[in-house]
Amino acid sequence: MTTAPTTAPKVQNPNYSEAFQSGVREEMKRNPGIFILGTDLIERGGHFAQVKGIAQEFGHERVKDSPISEAAMVAAGVGAAMYGCHPIVDLNFIDFAFGAMDEILNQAAKIRFMFNGKVPLVIRATSGVALGGAHHCNSLESLFASTPGLSVAVPSTPMDVKGLIKTALRAEDPVIFLMHKKLSGIRGEIADENYFIPFGKAKSIRTGTDAVIISYGYSLVTAQKAAQTLEAEGVSVEIIDLRTLYPLDEQAINDAVKKFGRVVVLDEAPMFGSITAEIAATATERNFSSLKGPIVRVGGARAPISANPAMADAAIPTVASIIKAVKQVMSY
Amino acid sequence: MTIPDKKTSLGLLRQMMVIRDFEETADKLSLRGKVSGGMHNSSGQEAVAVGVLSALAPLDVIATTHRSHHHTLAKGFTSREIMAELFTRSTGISGGRGASMHLGDVTKGHFGGNGIVGAGVGIAMGAALGIQQKGDKKVSVGFIGDGGMNTGRTWEAVNMAVIWKLPLIVVVDNNQYAVETFVGRVTGGGDLAKRAEGFGMKAFNIDGMDVLEVRKYVSEARERALAGEGPSFINALTYRYYGHNVGEKGQYRTQEEIDTWKSTKDPIDHFTAVVIENGYADQAAIDEMRASVRAEIEDAVAFADASPEPDISTIYDDIDSGKLGVQL
Ligand SMILES: Cc1ncc(C[n+]2csc(CCOP(=O)(O)OP(=O)(O)O)c2C)c(N)n1
Ligand SMILES: [Mg+2]
Repeated sequence: MTTAPTTAPKVQNPNYSEAFQSGVREEMKRNPGIFILGTDLIERGGHFAQVKGIAQEFGHERVKDSPISEAAMVAAGVGAAMYGCHPIVDLNFIDFAFGAMDEILNQAAKIRFMFNGKVPLVIRATSGVALGGAHHCNSLESLFASTPGLSVAVPSTPMDVKGLIKTALRAEDPVIFLMHKKLSGIRGEIADENYFIPFGKAKSIRTGTDAVIISYGYSLVTAQKAAQTLEAEGVSVEIIDLRTLYPLDEQAINDAVKKFGRVVVLDEAPMFGSITAEIAATATERNFSSLKGPIVRVGGARAPISANPAMADAAIPTVASIIKAVKQVMSY
Repeated sequence: MTIPDKKTSLGLLRQMMVIRDFEETADKLSLRGKVSGGMHNSSGQEAVAVGVLSALAPLDVIATTHRSHHHTLAKGFTSREIMAELFTRSTGISGGRGASMHLGDVTKGHFGGNGIVGAGVGIAMGAALGIQQKGDKKVSVGFIGDGGMNTGRTWEAVNMAVIWKLPLIVVVDNNQYAVETFVGRVTGGGDLAKRAEGFGMKAFNIDGMDVLEVRKYVSEARERALAGEGPSFINALTYRYYGHNVGEKGQYRTQEEIDTWKSTKDPIDHFTAVVIENGYADQAAIDEMRASVRAEIEDAVAFADASPEPDISTIYDDIDSGKLGVQL
């Protein structure tokens, strides 16, 4: 193994990808067992520059360019993790996980339960609905979150990217780490090397008094816009960012339901079978008496995503659809 | 190499010119934001597409990759419907739903471009199985890149085609790079034809810059397939002139390498010389051909620009037939 230099480049106001790099660099320095495996990582730094410069800093033993062999990439990560390394398998787009689904859902997820072993593995991928058409816009988070043995991170800010990836790299379990395409350009603060965000801790990103929107990922950006419009109309909306979908912060959800009684759950995955159904059903079972009326879900169309921009936009929640949902819960 | 008759030869040349002009025009439009999601330019790879498709019958099946403008044009789809698709307009080959990466029309034997590396070969293999089941006299071609040679699904499909003697031709549109990764860096054993041979099929490494060579190997593969002798594998060595996707200018290859391929191996220059040498055309005729190609592509752009956007209320259309719930 090559030894890491002691100084990493410091970035002011980093973007989403740079925050990932920062967390990974710090953990790679500390743990020589961490390595990254994926396509076009060394020169290009990954499709989203998420590991740019890391190969140059840590050497080619620790950033490995792979052939386009998703099943083997994940299998390599699983086996090496079982053997005691802490691999990051970078799948580029989460859609390419389909070619490695057995390795993820049937192998990585179940090894601890079956064979008395640990699988400290991060599977990083870019996700979410954007341009790119039907094969590059699948929302798979509820599939992963519903698979026993997997944890799922869905950070929405540079701060959370870094805090969550650092936690994932100290964990002993397989983590699906999803970074949204449309958040690639966002910038913000990140914390120092001692800041870790535990999985299963949601965060209020906007305080309000009348109703609450529970969401994650890029949908939060749309939710913020809706909340601003509603504010001008005299409706004060709280927004909660789940940050991880498994573990799910049930405490935060319970508290919000009890506090507001008017609840909107939002994401852009096809609404049929989305994690928002899980949240709404559980909250209704547990806190029915706190609700002023039914929880309203806002979600994506059960339709493949078109490459046409207007058609793609029409398949996911809009500011208007969120406002409508909030008004509905306000009408109870 | 024996050259086909005049009409055929000029047709091959013109088709390659159409692809080149289409790609260079679309590339510029894409840089100006006209192509939703960008595109993968196939300039330099014309001889593979035209060589293969000219050796097929109109209703033979193809399934292809994310880089498929050239295959689709060579299959006989119009510049208009492909340009319109790049603009995601309703008149596009996929109704504007697919853009650059998802060109296809199953009813015409084009089983689709693909966002997933390697997926096309499996689909082409399945089409070959269908052809065999129905006893049709057709073949199916699966296009794949050099990068796709390393995904397991490719070889699962190849193995099935071999054991069932399916009328499948796997064509590697080997432009030597997968995004920024040089084929030599990720290909165990190095020799792709040998790899395929290991599965028990006829396999060839050929010059993918020579349209007649590609055409010859595919014609022979097609004859074998129709005679029930099973699949063939053709690794056509070619070169991608532009970046992996529009605007990409990586450091992974030298300008000198690009210039050398363009100046010494260009498939259009090479075949133009052959055509002139054979007395099929003089320079004036070549210039005239180029001008007519230019006009065709300009017309395609104007058509695409003037075409309507798809109606967004159609996003739920054609997801399924809706007939499963009908009491039979
Ligand atoms: C299963 C899968 N993995 C990764 C990708 C991302 N990707 C798109 S094109 C490409 C390179 C493909 O290279 P090659 O097969 O040589 O085709 P070329 O681009 O050269 O035509 C990659 C890695 C993908 N689309 N699908
Ligand atoms: Mg290639």
